[in-house]
Amino acid sequence: MEYIEFKLNGDNMKYEGDASDRLLDVLRDTYKLTGVKCGCKEGECGACSVIIDGRLANSCMIAMGSIQGSDVMTIEGFSKTERFKVIDKAYGDVSAVQCGYCIPGMVLATECILGKNPHPTETDIRRGISGNLCRCTGYNSIVKAIGNAAKEGEGLW
Amino acid sequence: MEKIGKSVVKKDHAAKISGVAKYIADYPTDGILHGKFLRSTIAHANIKNITVPELPDGYMIVNKDDVLGENKVHIVLEDMPVFAIDTVEYIGDPILMVLGLDENKVEDIVSKIVVDYEELPAVLDMTKSEVAFFDYHLSKGDVDKSFEDADRVYDEVINTGYNEHIYLETNGMIADYHDGKVTVSGSMQCPYYILKAVQLATGLEKDKVQVKGETTGGGFGGKEDYPSILACQVAVASMKAKKPVRVIFDRREDITSTSKRHPSTARYRAAIKDGKITAMDINIIYDAGAYSTLSAVVLQRGVICANGVYKIENLRVHGKANKTNTVPKGAFRGFGAPQVFFDVELFMNHIAKGEERNSIDFKKEHMVMQGDATSTNGKFHFHVPLNEMIKEAEDLSNYKEKKELYDKPQTGRFRRGIGMALAFHGAGFTGSGERDLIKAVLKLKKHQSGIVEILSANTEMGQGLHTTLSKIAGKELGIPFDEIILSNPDTDEVPDSGPTVASRSLMIVGELVRRAAARLKDEWIDGEEQIIEEHYKHPDFLIPFSLDNFRGDAYPTYSWSVQVMEVEIDMLTGQHNVLGAYGSFDVGTPIDMNIVVGQMEGGMLQGIGYSSMEYMDHDNKGRIRNNSMSDYIIPTAMDIPVIKVQVHVAEYPEGPYGAKGAGELPTVGVAAAYIEAVEQALGKNIDHIPFTVEDTMKTICSKED
Repeated sequence: MEYIEFKLNGDNMKYEGDASDRLLDVLRDTYKLTGVKCGCKEGECGACSVIIDGRLANSCMIAMGSIQGSDVMTIEGFSKTERFKVIDKAYGDVSAVQCGYCIPGMVLATECILGKNPHPTETDIRRGISGNLCRCTGYNSIVKAIGNAAKEGEGLW
Repeated sequence: MEKIGKSVVKKDHAAKISGVAKYIADYPTDGILHGKFLRSTIAHANIKNITVPELPDGYMIVNKDDVLGENKVHIVLEDMPVFAIDTVEYIGDPILMVLGLDENKVEDIVSKIVVDYEELPAVLDMTKSEVAFFDYHLSKGDVDKSFEDADRVYDEVINTGYNEHIYLETNGMIADYHDGKVTVSGSMQCPYYILKAVQLATGLEKDKVQVKGETTGGGFGGKEDYPSILACQVAVASMKAKKPVRVIFDRREDITSTSKRHPSTARYRAAIKDGKITAMDINIIYDAGAYSTLSAVVLQRGVICANGVYKIENLRVHGKANKTNTVPKGAFRGFGAPQVFFDVELFMNHIAKGEERNSIDFKKEHMVMQGDATSTNGKFHFHVPLNEMIKEAEDLSNYKEKKELYDKPQTGRFRRGIGMALAFHGAGFTGSGERDLIKAVLKLKKHQSGIVEILSANTEMGQGLHTTLSKIAGKELGIPFDEIILSNPDTDEVPDSGPTVASRSLMIVGELVRRAAARLKDEWIDGEEQIIEEHYKHPDFLIPFSLDNFRGDAYPTYSWSVQVMEVEIDMLTGQHNVLGAYGSFDVGTPIDMNIVVGQMEGGMLQGIGYSSMEYMDHDNKGRIRNNSMSDYIIPTAMDIPVIKVQVHVAEYPEGPYGAKGAGELPTVGVAAAYIEAVEQALGKNIDHIPFTVEDTMKTICSKED
């Protein structure tokens, strides 16, 4: 039996389905990780964002075969970290969460921005979330939240 | 004592940010049948024959023959069927549903169904339609005489286009029929609208229909009427299958077959005498699409607001909502107002140019004041803060200096412009709708333990309603807001406090919460369970409104906006760069500052999209071809980096702590400010939105000819 072996939120997984199965579907339907949202299924909106080997990716555009040996993190895994606590507070204090549908993806995008650059400029932040569409907030509060998280989380990234 | 507006961490924050909050698509699907629609591929046709392939065990078709009640979706009227009868009226019209356990198999079956259509002529141009679903006339003063006596007459045709909500969460609904009762859960704004519609379609009694609003990932009006349609379809399907049925739209299906903002075309005429506008004669057509849905009410608001913030004593407005064989149009933030506020503000800008006047000075001379009559001879009962707000917006944006600078002839690759637009939004249902149609009822339940619960049918769709209503109850009762219980609405548990639309939830339902809480405080008995019921009371000061002749107070009060847009055009590529979006907004007392500012910023960005990049159209067959997020462009975080909002407070005594409706206001007045800026940059008048990069290139190139 051939498996696709990968790490999911730190756990070793053996996926028995097709290599061409869509990662988004597998995460939601097989592993019941419904924090990963589907907004468009064409790689445009970022609601399905996950972190694969440290890089932000739209899981709707990823085939299972391509993550053999990779490390995948979803909001469920990230929300257990210290860094998440800082991001959580930063978003909460400026009410950056409105309908919430883009937010798991935004949070992972935040982690990737700060992971790459712990002191991002506003332009860095906006570029870093440019692949995550939000229809509710106008982005200002999210950008502010990420800037605040960078300040508050000094040393974490 | 702390002001109520002091921002708090929202009640729904924690569940949403950790990914724990469940939207309808997140619920387990074991044993649930998935449904997929077969939709019309022809804009207008008779259905001659449908050939269904052999169905495997457990897979079935649901169609008009399975509707046990009436094959009608109750929205305002009932002209839309649950499933198509003999004709299809637009591309996307649902003909039948295929059900089964495996979603891929269901899709496969749908793709193999063959429909024999007898194609009929399709009307795709609203100006060529011979069917007006609704036709309204508003008239006062002596318009014809004013035009006879005029020094000059201005006459313009202005067009507005499609606009699609792109809520990040698509429409979705699950129906579960068991033991003679159907429970419908899903993404929605109006549980009780759905209950009424499902009752009609299923023939079930009221206590045999339950509607549950789940955590909703954005609505903006797109989930005001549409969920009623989907709910009827899944309820009928579940009754046939005797199993739960689930439909979650994929993005393309949502874009092509759910409601949109009404495209419009309007002819504005104004008579000028001694430098002032003495009359306006306005003709508007809204493209209603294939069924009437909400067009009556959208058109009403358009007609009532057609003359904007101006005192026009000789006024004639003729509005029609015309049928076309395209997707039925519905509610979208602003609800008919963004179209006419774009029209009238653009028109005023052009008149000012023609009269060689500064546009703001010219507008100020015509602006209404407290005590003035509205377009329908109601009254502006409360202070109109436009003068102060214009100053605030000017200061925020450096408007005056920039306008003067950009008025100078510009050369070079990058050219700039700045524009300012004035608008209002009347929250709540038009006229006596709150009193006669909605009749909102709100309940507070004090549990024996002392825990207080708000029982309301209004949904949290990101606008912060669960937090603001809780803050109101908490403040009145002296209880921390996060100890007040407010769950997602379940019609088995909550009274009908009305739909989550028209920017009414905070202003109307919030005030009911406040009154109920005040009463509970007075009547509080420790250790006892208590229920306080509060009913809507129509404010005494309202001049009665009549739809027959469009007279009276259409709205009890108004929220006001002054918005400034600064835009830079790249004359080489036609690209727009928004240098700044500024706004002063009066929504009365902010119940939570961060929530209000978040609404203003989000609404402005939607308005900017509506003005520029959000182009959508149907082709000559009636197909919407840009039906995906790669083709229908909404703003990203990099597109509008500077949005500055100022909250101006003019309290409304009948609103909770002085609050007025806020949700729609920020979208209503954006477009004209945006276009005024683009006109200044290009040195040419514009007559439509969205004004895309392609439109910009055409204009730039035509200048060079």
